[in-house]
Amino acid sequence: MAGRSTQSPFRSIAAHAILLTYTVIALFPVFVVVVNSFKNRKGIFGDPLALPIGALWAPEGYAKVWLRGDFQLYFQNSLIVTVAALVLVLLFGAMAAFALSEYRFKGNTLMGLYLALGIMIPIRLGTVAILQIMVASGIVNTLWALILVYTAQGLPLSIFILSEFMRTVSDDLKNAGRIDGLSEYTIFFRLVLPLVRPALATVAVFTMIPIWNDLWFPLILAPAEGTKTVTLGAQMFLGQFQSEWDAVLAALTLAILPVLVLYLIFSRQLIRGITSGAVK
Amino acid sequence: MTLGLADGGGHCVTTSDTSTGRRPRRWHIAVFLAPAVAVYSAFMIIPLVSTLYQSFFSKEWDFVGLGNFVQLFTDPRLSASFWNALGNNFYFFVIHMIVQNPIGILLAALLSNPRLRLRGFYRTVFFIPTILSFVIVGFVWKLILSPTWGISKTLMNSVGIGWLYQPWLGKEESALTTLALISNWQFIGIPMMLIYAALLSIPDEVIEAAECDGITGWAQFWKIQLPLVLPAIGIISILTFVGNFNAFDLIYAAQGAQAGPNFSTDLLGTLLFRTFFGAQLQLGDRGLGSAIAAVMFLIILIGVCIYLFGVQTRLRRYQF
Repeated sequence: MAGRSTQSPFRSIAAHAILLTYTVIALFPVFVVVVNSFKNRKGIFGDPLALPIGALWAPEGYAKVWLRGDFQLYFQNSLIVTVAALVLVLLFGAMAAFALSEYRFKGNTLMGLYLALGIMIPIRLGTVAILQIMVASGIVNTLWALILVYTAQGLPLSIFILSEFMRTVSDDLKNAGRIDGLSEYTIFFRLVLPLVRPALATVAVFTMIPIWNDLWFPLILAPAEGTKTVTLGAQMFLGQFQSEWDAVLAALTLAILPVLVLYLIFSRQLIRGITSGAVK
Repeated sequence: MTLGLADGGGHCVTTSDTSTGRRPRRWHIAVFLAPAVAVYSAFMIIPLVSTLYQSFFSKEWDFVGLGNFVQLFTDPRLSASFWNALGNNFYFFVIHMIVQNPIGILLAALLSNPRLRLRGFYRTVFFIPTILSFVIVGFVWKLILSPTWGISKTLMNSVGIGWLYQPWLGKEESALTTLALISNWQFIGIPMMLIYAALLSIPDEVIEAAECDGITGWAQFWKIQLPLVLPAIGIISILTFVGNFNAFDLIYAAQGAQAGPNFSTDLLGTLLFRTFFGAQLQLGDRGLGSAIAAVMFLIILIGVCIYLFGVQTRLRRYQF
């Protein structure tokens, strides 16, 4: 079916039939939740598949969510954690990747392997000690705890991908900079970093999604009311108001939409990233 | 903008090292490396090593040697939950391997046809479940499968199979399979994308040569393309393995820390969470928690080693 030449119309119809079926499977759950979040209890149970128009339009759930959950704060927390971790991962990751790909020094390969360990070994397995460290240093239940852990979590893959990209940056350019007397720092920040911007964007998307969606570390390191992230806040809210379907569906929709919009904006970047750099 | 990455351009050795001739210490290398190494070591490597170390100690910080492991494997109550979670975890992985990855490969094969219309649309849509958080995925499916709402039953009735409906998530014998399938639904985008990328990187000459020999369509896929994307299939297998033996969020979001009904959906991740933090009548135990983490570490390590030394080295020669 993946043949690149003779393409009979039957074959193409069959391909579209399979792909469209899977499109329905992939989208249906999201569709049902978003549509029903704009109805009241009666509409949700009486007419679950209808669009929320006419008499069915009743977005009361959103009002309940707004009044009972502190979603503005959760959203703000998630945003701070994700953006801060992202900046650190990109900056530290790019610096380390530059050192590994640009200079030959004793222990280069070993350092590369050390930093790559974390690609395969999940950071969660160190949770017991991570919590102890956070408690001992007094940053448990602060956003810093999450930012530092997520930075450590994101670094291995970002260093790996970025150093692959940095090897493709022209040597002549860097040597020209050196002849002009630029310092190694200037070469990195002024010459190399702007050239690997597409790679940085790819790494950013890869790093962002698991951080935004993580439940484990917010639950363990920062479960306090003031530091809850959207994911944890939604989890708690959903557990607490399980029987109030309109509120639950509204909360779910509020949690889906920001990620969905971001994804639709960045999807080309993400897909291009997976289909080029990451596979190597 | 392909950046020329798919053609192996990233593999050339850096020859630009102008500073090798200079003898003064190159402090900038240390400056470039220090922040990443510091954060990574402090919050990833040291905690990992420390957790492994603590698995040899009791809750009261007494050295107990392999005591925690002996307890984990033989204590009547604890070992029952451990073997249950381990078995469930393997089952969870097997379902991923036989459902998620083949469907991912099929979708990728269909999408890799350059004449297919709407490719971009399909690609984008198939990846949407993957970007959603476990909390959303867990709850959405819990609602959809819920007998209270009855939307699954209504839907199944409309195609005449309503009598098949069961509250799958609530029944011991079907809950784990249901959750595994939900997880498949969520992550199908990853194998799809990786295989898709691998299929695209097969040189046109290979395909043309096959066509000259009259190998087209499905035969071409089975005989030419599939063998050539085996390295990518190896990668998705090990990614699935690591992800599955580290899974926690979906179970926690859909079934809670108790991994109900009656622990039938308990995985090592949820067991670790309950053991370390305590749950209901049971107090948290740091030593035992570390021991479970150590076992998970070992399982993942063995899996990665099998992949690196057993699978990957053998597959390398197919790469371009």
